[in-house]
Amino acid sequence: MLLKRLRALAGFAALLLGSAPGFADYHVDILPPVTPISSDIYALHWGILWVCVAIFVVVFGAMFWSIFRHRKSVGAKAAQFHENTTIEVIWTIVPFVILIAMAYPATKTVLAMKDASNSDMSVKVTGYQWRWEYDYQQDGVRFFANLSTPRSQIDEREGPGEAKNPNYLLEVDNPMVVPVGKKVRLLITANDVIHGWYVPQLGVNQYGIPGFVKEAWFKIEQPGTYRGQCSQICGKEHGYMPIVVVAKSDADYAAWVKDMKAKMPPPPAPAPEPVAAAAPAAAAAAAQPTDGKSVFDTTCTACHSTGAAGAPKFGDKAAWAPRLAQGKNALYASALKGKGAMPPRGGNMTLSDDAVKMAVDYMAAAAK
Amino acid sequence: MSTSTHAHETHDHAHDHHGPPAGFTRWMYTTNHKDIGTMYLWFACFMFFMGGTMALGIRAELFKPGLQFFDPEFFNSLTTVHGLVMVFGAIMPAFVGFANWLIPLQIGATDMAFPRMNNWSFWLLIPAALLLIGSFFVPGGAAASGWTLYPPLIIQQGMAVDMTIFAVHILGASSIMGSINIITTILNLRAPGMTLMRMPLFVWTWLITAYLLIAVMPVLAGAVTMLLTDRHFGTSFFNAAGGGDPTMFMHIFWFFGHPEVYIMILPAFGIVSQILPAFARKPLFGYASMVYATASIAILSFIVWGHHMFTVGMPAAGNLFFMYATMLIAVPTGVKVFNWIATMWRGEMTFETPMLFAVGFLCLFTIGGFSGLVLSIVPVDITLHNTYYVVAHFHYVLVSGALFAIMGGTYFWLPKWTGHMYNEALGKLHFWLSIIGFNLAFFPQHFLGLAGMPRRVPDYALQFAEWNMWSSIGAFIFGFSQLLFLYNVVSTIRSGKAAQQKQWEGADSLEWTHLPTPMPYHTFETPPVLK
Repeated sequence: MLLKRLRALAGFAALLLGSAPGFADYHVDILPPVTPISSDIYALHWGILWVCVAIFVVVFGAMFWSIFRHRKSVGAKAAQFHENTTIEVIWTIVPFVILIAMAYPATKTVLAMKDASNSDMSVKVTGYQWRWEYDYQQDGVRFFANLSTPRSQIDEREGPGEAKNPNYLLEVDNPMVVPVGKKVRLLITANDVIHGWYVPQLGVNQYGIPGFVKEAWFKIEQPGTYRGQCSQICGKEHGYMPIVVVAKSDADYAAWVKDMKAKMPPPPAPAPEPVAAAAPAAAAAAAQPTDGKSVFDTTCTACHSTGAAGAPKFGDKAAWAPRLAQGKNALYASALKGKGAMPPRGGNMTLSDDAVKMAVDYMAAAAK
Repeated sequence: MSTSTHAHETHDHAHDHHGPPAGFTRWMYTTNHKDIGTMYLWFACFMFFMGGTMALGIRAELFKPGLQFFDPEFFNSLTTVHGLVMVFGAIMPAFVGFANWLIPLQIGATDMAFPRMNNWSFWLLIPAALLLIGSFFVPGGAAASGWTLYPPLIIQQGMAVDMTIFAVHILGASSIMGSINIITTILNLRAPGMTLMRMPLFVWTWLITAYLLIAVMPVLAGAVTMLLTDRHFGTSFFNAAGGGDPTMFMHIFWFFGHPEVYIMILPAFGIVSQILPAFARKPLFGYASMVYATASIAILSFIVWGHHMFTVGMPAAGNLFFMYATMLIAVPTGVKVFNWIATMWRGEMTFETPMLFAVGFLCLFTIGGFSGLVLSIVPVDITLHNTYYVVAHFHYVLVSGALFAIMGGTYFWLPKWTGHMYNEALGKLHFWLSIIGFNLAFFPQHFLGLAGMPRRVPDYALQFAEWNMWSSIGAFIFGFSQLLFLYNVVSTIRSGKAAQQKQWEGADSLEWTHLPTPMPYHTFETPPVLK
């Protein structure tokens, strides 16, 4: 009941703020909720905000009244009263009661958020430095989502960058697609460091912690595209690993599953060839890129475009010359096994040996 | 500093038979609480400008979308070291500086209980600061994991992390020694008749803060030592592959971190509780309940750390417990705010610079308290965790809370410390520029957070551009107006008209009622007589 009233209040407030003209880009509210939980969050936030505003007006109204009336310049004379136990007790009890009224609807939402039972499907979400992997447990779809905003729009250090896409930094190559109206359970983890899977409109913000699997869930009520970002600092590219969730009708979702399956490489043969066996198991399942440039753009670029952590910069002939002098095989070995600050396979353990070598060739060619 | 020159000038004062020695050794070997307090305050001031420069670097990069100035890794280093420098280098040493200057004066003691340890706890800050700032210049750059130093990210980074860990160890040792000194001084060196419940509230808040420090600094030292052994000695405290858990670091860190938040705000409460009654010319309303409220906040601060971790995936019961405990803190905090307003009510107020900062503190700290209440609600916190809403929240409590109290306190006691009156017009200008710049910088960050902009990102989506631009403009106004503060303080020390013994009509603690201005180098060599 209280929640309902809070929701009504929230709706009123949203109307008030939303109708203000000319504020299109000056967003001041939580984004429109699209799941039952995020609707609760929205209502809770507005409810508590109004309580705070009311207290603020009363308490600071008194203070400003006092500031204008009880000043020496208008001839006020100081009263000398102090200590009053009755008043102290009152202003201890009243806030306490207000807090209990706030805690009650919040508790109900907490319990609902934590209840991931009876879900319709499960997706394992793994955070990597710096992209997300989605593994659909029932439908057998598995893929990575990388930032798709081109570097040329981001880096403006050497002159103005290209015009930015409307969804600059909030766009990926492969969005997470889910059916509308289904309870989707997320199993969230991470491969290297802590990441945070955060999509505001879904009311989900959950750390992925390496070595542990954490649970969250959402049920999207209307088709659409919902965007979020990694919420926990995870290194250099923390600002560049967005999340895009697309909610589709059941039929469209089924078509997407079919399409993704066609794109995925066939499952590993029963007796894999020696080369395939040497590659990490994950490599077989993930789609392998076919040219050095695409490997570079998704993995190597993080360090080799900027020269971070002592990495030789792409196209920097002076930095590459001594390395090229050691011969291609030495470069391959460094790239596969890691060297100095560089992790094996540039940190992307899903890359096959050949993909890594293609990327090395690509970078070497640019430095000659 | 000026205290020395003035001590020499006031030959007629009975106690002034041994002034300080001249030159650098005076500061190196000093055991005088006033000298050490001065050094703490200057150190804090220097670190404040260092940390402020980093903050302006952050705001410059965030002025518009795209990367204009920095590599993202360097940006992360800026946010990390800005946090560490401001917390451990600026706010905490500034309050220790106030404690050194004021506690002996306000309880009628001649000096701190352990003067030599006092000297050491200050001088330890210098190597710590060198390690912290110097870490920018080692291969790999400064620590870039956020000031919370979460593993496994921190494990990946270079030798700067080890320097940061040692800096934290040294700062922790310094804080613990400072706290022991403060507790011993307050409990043992009070003048006859100065009972605990007659102590000025600033002394009370520091007594409680010192206990908090002793309780939690060793916890932080333990946490960073475990990081060190995980990095170099093959342990797996925080590595799941070896049976550890990264979440455990968060629990230990925030068991330190939440009391730390109150370490940075309780002395501010104390300063404001001195300033408000002085300018309202009316006693503090509810002295006893202020003491009890401070103690309640301190005790509750040990059971709320989980509210920094609502997105970690604790069980529902854990989230609920920490939510209720956190909401509970609003009660004693509310009691303090109500008491301050009741103190002002029917007073005879004037609004010199210290009072302006105290009233600014009261309004803006309360806004920070309200956003804290919003964040205590678990479901709301989940949608705001690690967004700019949180950044706005803790800057409202730490800048317009702790820092405004430090500045108000500096203006309040500067006449007593230096014997000179500061420039009132310049002080007021500094206040108004600060409050406008501060609100312009941080209020829009609430909106950015509500719209979902994560913190610690060097670049952002286009819908965040407008508020970020305003925030950067505000930050630059705020940052540069602090140069007025520096100028005002320096010129007050060097010149300025002589201050009176009781510069503020309503001030009633011992330093105003019992000591001349300028103060002699040694005070209360015989304890004051209290009615």
